Amino acid sequence: MVTPEVKIELKDLTVSFAGKKSLDRVNLDIRTHEILSIIGPANSGKTTFLKTLNRLIDLEKNVRVEGRILLDGRDIYREDPVLLRCKVGIIFALPVPLPVTVFENVVYGVRRQGVKDARELSRVAERSLRDAYLWDEMKDRLQEQAMKLSGGQQQRLCIARALAVNPEVILFDEPCSALDPISTAKIEEAMQTLKDHYTIVLVTNNTKQAARVGDRTAFFLMGELIEIDSTRKIFTTPRDRRTDDYISGRFG
Amino acid sequence: MERHFDEELKNLKQKLLQMADTAQGMIGLAVRALTERKEPLAGEVFALEEKVNAAEIEIEEEVLRLLAVRQPAARDLRLLTAILKINNDLERVADQAENIAEIAVLLLKEPPLKPVIDIPKMAALSQRMIKNGIDAFVKHDASLAKAVCEDDDAVDRINDQRFRELLTTMIADPKSVTRAVDLILVGRNLERIADHATNISEDVIFIEEGKNIKHHLQEKPEASS
Repeated sequence: MVTPEVKIELKDLTVSFAGKKSLDRVNLDIRTHEILSIIGPANSGKTTFLKTLNRLIDLEKNVRVEGRILLDGRDIYREDPVLLRCKVGIIFALPVPLPVTVFENVVYGVRRQGVKDARELSRVAERSLRDAYLWDEMKDRLQEQAMKLSGGQQQRLCIARALAVNPEVILFDEPCSALDPISTAKIEEAMQTLKDHYTIVLVTNNTKQAARVGDRTAFFLMGELIEIDSTRKIFTTPRDRRTDDYISGRFG
Repeated sequence: MERHFDEELKNLKQKLLQMADTAQGMIGLAVRALTERKEPLAGEVFALEEKVNAAEIEIEEEVLRLLAVRQPAARDLRLLTAILKINNDLERVADQAENIAEIAVLLLKEPPLKPVIDIPKMAALSQRMIKNGIDAFVKHDASLAKAVCEDDDAVDRINDQRFRELLTTMIADPKSVTRAVDLILVGRNLERIADHATNISEDVIFIEEGKNIKHHLQEKPEASS
């Protein structure tokens, strides 16, 4: 059997807020070009886990991160956090478009990186919007204000904005919690396509979504990684009773 | 946390138990029709067969509804898919009992070929296997289910032995062929009932342990993720 290539490696990761552990000695590998779903009830450490992967956690107060996180074998705490966040993009639950046009939203990060050439910016915008499953809907509306788009379109615009800066890993934090089923299906479709080029980590409270989208699924409970396995295994025959109870809706 | 879904699953299991009870009773009636030479008992089997068919459809529809509405996972998913399969096995058990009753009606028109000894023995074993398979399902008892799988060999042995004996009878007396073939078919029906009981027990092991032991799959190493 070929050993899957590891994109991110977590070694004894412990994250505490004012001395209280939010994640406790988590060890796991995130594989290249996989969608890893993270599930667990409230306060299980899912979002903390996600924010640690691109060091957004550093912006929180009284936080302490112990252990190591290696991206392509390199400790992320030895990298420039701004460059790290270009490599490891994040999409939040509520879409946060900037109060400018659709086009300017997509190329915002690329402009900040110093790209000025109009043709290059147009090329980046088209590629990113296509990858985010939004091009067909937006190709004639690029100069419209982003705030006028529907919730589902705004979320895909945020994905396009994240893709524009050529990330290697995309973190999704409950990306569909505020969306209708059709918009949700479009985002899930986009994720399935994106994984050919990117590594994806999806935090979701919707266990069905984790089952539909994830190649592997990890179950967290009170800061502890209880179980990680193929999604098929987790949703049919999980090893741990607590995983079974959670995905069967017996608690959480 | 008690879920409304648990109540729905409980009701569904109850329906399956009633169906198992009926199917098991049908085996006894069909074999008694043959051994006690009482045609009305065969008539009772035919009436019960329709009841089992209706129960099968009702259970199948309920499982499909719950799969669609509840979108179950893990234990619940294994339980519902197993119920669907057990439901099918029980309906087939009832079919086999009906076959025996039909043969009994034919055989009652002829004088008995020889005293029927092994058929009640096979019937008792098969009925016990169904009962234990269903008990294992109700009590979440994987070891009882495993014991049922082992009983299947005993039924197969009796059936093979009967087949050889009836073959000898047919060779010795060609006029016995029709009745002997009918008796071979009864043995075959009982042997199939034992196979269905084995299927049910394998499903119970799947529900309880998440292991598929059909066709000795357990002997293969599990694929890692």
